Amino acid sequence: MKRLLPFVLAALLLPLLASAADVASYTLTLKDHRYQPSELRIPANVRIKLELINQDPSPEEFESDDFPAEKIVMPNSRTSLFIGPFKPGRYRFYGDFHQPTAQGTLVVE
Amino acid sequence: MWAVALLVFREVLEAALIVSVVAAATRGVPRRGWFVGGGIALGIFGAVLVALSADLLAAAFSGVGQELFNAGVLLAAVLMIGWHVLWMSSHGRELGRQMQVLGNAVHSGASSLGLLLAVVALAVLREGSEVVLFLYGMRAGGAEHLWAGLSIGVVAGAALGFALYAGLLRIPVRHFFGATNAMLVLLAAGLASTAARYLIQANLLPAWGHQLWDSSWLLGNGSLLGQTAHILVGYDAQPAGMQLVFYASTLAALWAGARLIRPMEAVRQPR
Repeated sequence: MKRLLPFVLAALLLPLLASAADVASYTLTLKDHRYQPSELRIPANVRIKLELINQDPSPEEFESDDFPAEKIVMPNSRTSLFIGPFKPGRYRFYGDFHQPTAQGTLVVE
Repeated sequence: MWAVALLVFREVLEAALIVSVVAAATRGVPRRGWFVGGGIALGIFGAVLVALSADLLAAAFSGVGQELFNAGVLLAAVLMIGWHVLWMSSHGRELGRQMQVLGNAVHSGASSLGLLLAVVALAVLREGSEVVLFLYGMRAGGAEHLWAGLSIGVVAGAALGFALYAGLLRIPVRHFFGATNAMLVLLAAGLASTAARYLIQANLLPAWGHQLWDSSWLLGNGSLLGQTAHILVGYDAQPAGMQLVFYASTLAALWAGARLIRPMEAVRQPR
């Protein structure tokens, strides 16, 4: 078991090193509780880093029922999370705290 | 008002389901009401603290503080539930026997009651902190009927929790602790799987297959039933491989632990 440990660690950590370096980044901005752009185009079959910028004075939670994502972004600040890879198609996301307006779509091509 | 009520309801429901299972699992234990009530109060207090320090949390660990915090809270709850389940598997039969003889008066030690208090507190803290942040934002935005929405959400969520609790109490005494223990095991496995999901989102864990299957067409994560199944048995419409590993490991660890404990008990107390 002990001899296996370095391999297990390597298996766990390698994807981190690989993905942290060469992941493309895309940005969504929240203003007046709306996502800009409301349609974000991203490539298929890759993992991406999503930068969230909140220009509103209240917190928001980026969330989706179509793909795993759940992240709170505080007022007038920014954060990021990793999503994907996706097959081509359209995936809806929303802002959990302002659902009537904060709606958007990922367009995966 | 209804938007507020709906969000609050969903968060309260998640916590209420966990509290209900814990409350049922500690049925007949003296002073249990105080422990569950105390856990809820402690959780609300913690939720406000977490919401107040959300800025710090968001900036911590180069932006993944939120995911680490959520995963940490979930895994702590998994450990505590696991400990209780193993404790019950060594004492559960005695408890079951005593309940049949003495009705509800179980006078045996409740050594793991404190742990379950912590589980209740953690569940309330995690869901509650989101409610606090949401209400803070709504208030800043000048939303109307905030308190009405909050009240409706809390009452509706708690009512479903009570319904589950009442349903669980109808399980025959002979099978009662077996059933609630099984529910606690599934609950713990689901929480472990959710913890893995947060760590994958932060890129702290590899996914080992980002989407093993997609059963959204059957039961979506966003639906009420899907959300309930998510808490109670760890349902996820699009699970990653790593989530399954966490889920199965929790199940396997608790099953193996219970098997190891039982023979020791049998040796200690020959019948």
